[in-house]
Amino acid sequence: MLDLIIEHAGLLITIALMVAVLIPIGAMLVWFERRMLGFWQQRYGPNRVGPFGILQSLADLIKILFKHDWIPPFADKPVFILAPMIGAVSVLMSFAVVPMTPNLVVSDSNIGLLFFLAMTSLAVYSVILAGWASNNKYAMLGGMRAAAQTISYEVFMGVSLLGVVILSGSFNLSEIVLAQSELWYVVPQFLGFVIFMIAGIAESHRLPFDLPEAETELCAGFHTEYSGIKFALFFLGEYLGMMLISMMITTLFLGGWMGPWLPPIVWFVIKTLLLICFFILLRAALPRPRFDQLLSFGWKWVLPLALLNLVVTAAVKLWGGF
Amino acid sequence: MSIAESVLTPLHSELQKRLGNDLIFESTCDGIETLWVDAPQLVKVCQILRHEFSTPFEFLFDLTAIDETCRQHCVLVQRQDFTVVYLLRSYAGNVDIRLKVSLPLLSKSVPSVTSVWANANWYEREVWDLFGINFSGHPCLRRIMMPTTWQGHPLCKTHPARATEMGKYSLPDDIRDLEQEALKFDPAAWGLKPHGNPDEFMWLNLGPNHPSVHGVFRIMLQLDGEEIVEAIPDIGYHHRGAEKMAERQSWHSYIPYTDRIDYLGGVMNNLPYVMALEKLAGIEVPERVKVIRVMMAEIFRILSHLLFYGTFAQDIGALSPIFYMFVDREKLFGIVEAITGARMHPSWFRIGGVASDLPQGWDKMITEWLDYMPARMHDYDKMVMDNSLIKARAVGVGAYDTATAIEWGVTGAGLRATGFDWDLRKKRPYSGYENFDFDVALGKNGDCYDRCAVRVEEIRQSMRIIRQCVENMPEGPYKAEHALTTPPVKDRTMQDIDSLIPHFLSMSWGPVMPAGEVMAEVEATKGSNAYYITSDKSTMSYRTRIRTPSFPHLQMIPVMARGQMIADLIATIGSIDFVMADVDR
Repeated sequence: MLDLIIEHAGLLITIALMVAVLIPIGAMLVWFERRMLGFWQQRYGPNRVGPFGILQSLADLIKILFKHDWIPPFADKPVFILAPMIGAVSVLMSFAVVPMTPNLVVSDSNIGLLFFLAMTSLAVYSVILAGWASNNKYAMLGGMRAAAQTISYEVFMGVSLLGVVILSGSFNLSEIVLAQSELWYVVPQFLGFVIFMIAGIAESHRLPFDLPEAETELCAGFHTEYSGIKFALFFLGEYLGMMLISMMITTLFLGGWMGPWLPPIVWFVIKTLLLICFFILLRAALPRPRFDQLLSFGWKWVLPLALLNLVVTAAVKLWGGF
Repeated sequence: MSIAESVLTPLHSELQKRLGNDLIFESTCDGIETLWVDAPQLVKVCQILRHEFSTPFEFLFDLTAIDETCRQHCVLVQRQDFTVVYLLRSYAGNVDIRLKVSLPLLSKSVPSVTSVWANANWYEREVWDLFGINFSGHPCLRRIMMPTTWQGHPLCKTHPARATEMGKYSLPDDIRDLEQEALKFDPAAWGLKPHGNPDEFMWLNLGPNHPSVHGVFRIMLQLDGEEIVEAIPDIGYHHRGAEKMAERQSWHSYIPYTDRIDYLGGVMNNLPYVMALEKLAGIEVPERVKVIRVMMAEIFRILSHLLFYGTFAQDIGALSPIFYMFVDREKLFGIVEAITGARMHPSWFRIGGVASDLPQGWDKMITEWLDYMPARMHDYDKMVMDNSLIKARAVGVGAYDTATAIEWGVTGAGLRATGFDWDLRKKRPYSGYENFDFDVALGKNGDCYDRCAVRVEEIRQSMRIIRQCVENMPEGPYKAEHALTTPPVKDRTMQDIDSLIPHFLSMSWGPVMPAGEVMAEVEATKGSNAYYITSDKSTMSYRTRIRTPSFPHLQMIPVMARGQMIADLIATIGSIDFVMADVDR
């Protein structure tokens, strides 16, 4: 056992480092989003705790830790507790395959992309189980919406990525990045880029795709009954999800860590941060479609487009376009 | 008192032609044709008025009652212990008629007119709840404002008006359990006729605390998946007894209460109240007062509409517009504060005038805001009205036609959104609106989008009106010279005793309004707001009826909600533009 740990010490340190860095960054994103929203909405946002309110998330965390860890008496207890954990863990697992620099990656797996897709599919269980276990009608409606929405958008999330796979010939994310050394895939795969982005927002349940938790309709949707640290896990999961999707877009379409002059990690962070800003801007700018509109948009427009993208990419590849 | 006017109006002669010559008329201070009807004949008379008249009275404007048991003045032979009052309106003839039914204490029952006007339903429930008057033939006569466990009927003169008149309050455990039990939902008791297999539906309790019901408002939804099969609104959670309070406040000290009826309307609420009293007292207000009142009322119309605009977008999920609009509102509230000294509830209008003259530099502040605002409105158009997602969510959603709107008593923007050109400021100008140049905003389809579009255009028209006010503000006093104005004019009190004594009395007891009854109506932010005041020659009102627009608007929700998705219902509720204080009073 011990020799096993020693053998993989480097890897373990990387994992520990990742978790130790990602979770605080996820929490900081909450503050960052609120400040950015404030900036775009002609108001201040949190600016009281620490310089520029930067310690707001810490204050929130302390408050939330001291909250009564309450489980509604009518809830299905084990599932109720399990649901937020699944959400946070599945998102955190996905980070394992994201190559942030040529060397900084936990698992440079050959099926990295598939692993990512599998983990995002798993994350849905968190929402559905939370909705179900809460035994609350609003939560259930939220869970139902989440199920339908995620199943629909998962399909073409996968399809939209196949174009990238065809071009690079690999499921390995590092290789996909390296394959973009001449041309970022956002150019040949623009359609795939747009579709993946839409699907990514839908997967992370952010406006305009926040129907499972549509506040004005379902109070808080699937996490209506959650409070304290379990609620914080959902919250963290959502922000980590947003970060993950941004990183994936960077990796798959924007050349990952590649860029002139600056070190790779800086390029990676810059690209990811810009995408995160874009996500936040979307939230500030767009209203929410209706549930059926969202689904029909997915099935009637995005899926055919994703398939078209796949077919055209494959055809071009076959005839030796690239 | 029979026929007061020497000249017969066309309405008068048609009434006699259709209903016979032995009608009992009453002359009222507001000049509305008032007719006493026997309870057994009521439905027949209503049907004739509704269907057979050349100017059909298709709109039941208001239905209320008066407890006459303590009346001392204005004794009429036909009046008994209770009077039920119906105010009907004919849009075609632009004329109103008031029906009165007299009831003895021992048989407080009238036939229901719900078969004639659909919106009578809630009004009759309200009268039953607050007066204990039974409406035979009503589909579901149950309490609407008070809790189901309430003892007595609060607007009866015998019911205590203050907590000190009632016994000491206590809530033993068994009573508490009963009260909680009474809050549970029982479909049959709520007047729901069973349709379909009840096991296939889900009941969803939306409210009284829900992010998008704009206050304490509850709707029980019968859902098939996310589709609404039936919706039953439940109101009364915001009931403060404003009408009962009016009977214990002096004429003057009730003005602040009116501010809080439609709490977004500010001084707009004062206007019908003070106009009614001025009509009653025969006070002619100076031109400057009229223009100041119009200006302030229009400022509050903008304030209210901006809040509607933002929350409507927010209900659909657009988070940002509300914040931009709050910035504009904040600037405007600064102006309101500079002029009146208060922000949301200035209570600034007085009987016979306004509280103080305009401060120096008011015109500059307003002009600056008027110059600043159009660019912002243009941005909002792009952000909200032209947004394709908003259109997808609002166009064709929650639509009704003009006839349905009138049937359910919809007024204001909700009525104009159907393309029906009726704006009280144009049709029956008050406070000098006839002198202003503005257009009536009209919609076409009567859906959520049009209701919003009408209000957006009204903001622009209000800005036009305000600019005209600034440019043409007449000079003169800000208060009428009349003994009954409040607070009374003081400058001659130290000169002679005959001024000092009335001033002293008027300041201590408050003015004594002449006996009579009067109604004044304004085109308020949310629709037609009217005060129907009965005075019994006292320092306090005998009965103050507040006809608010939001009350019938909420009654209509089931008509719009059936077949919608939950998300549509939220958009529909958002597009109605109501505040619960305006519904429950």
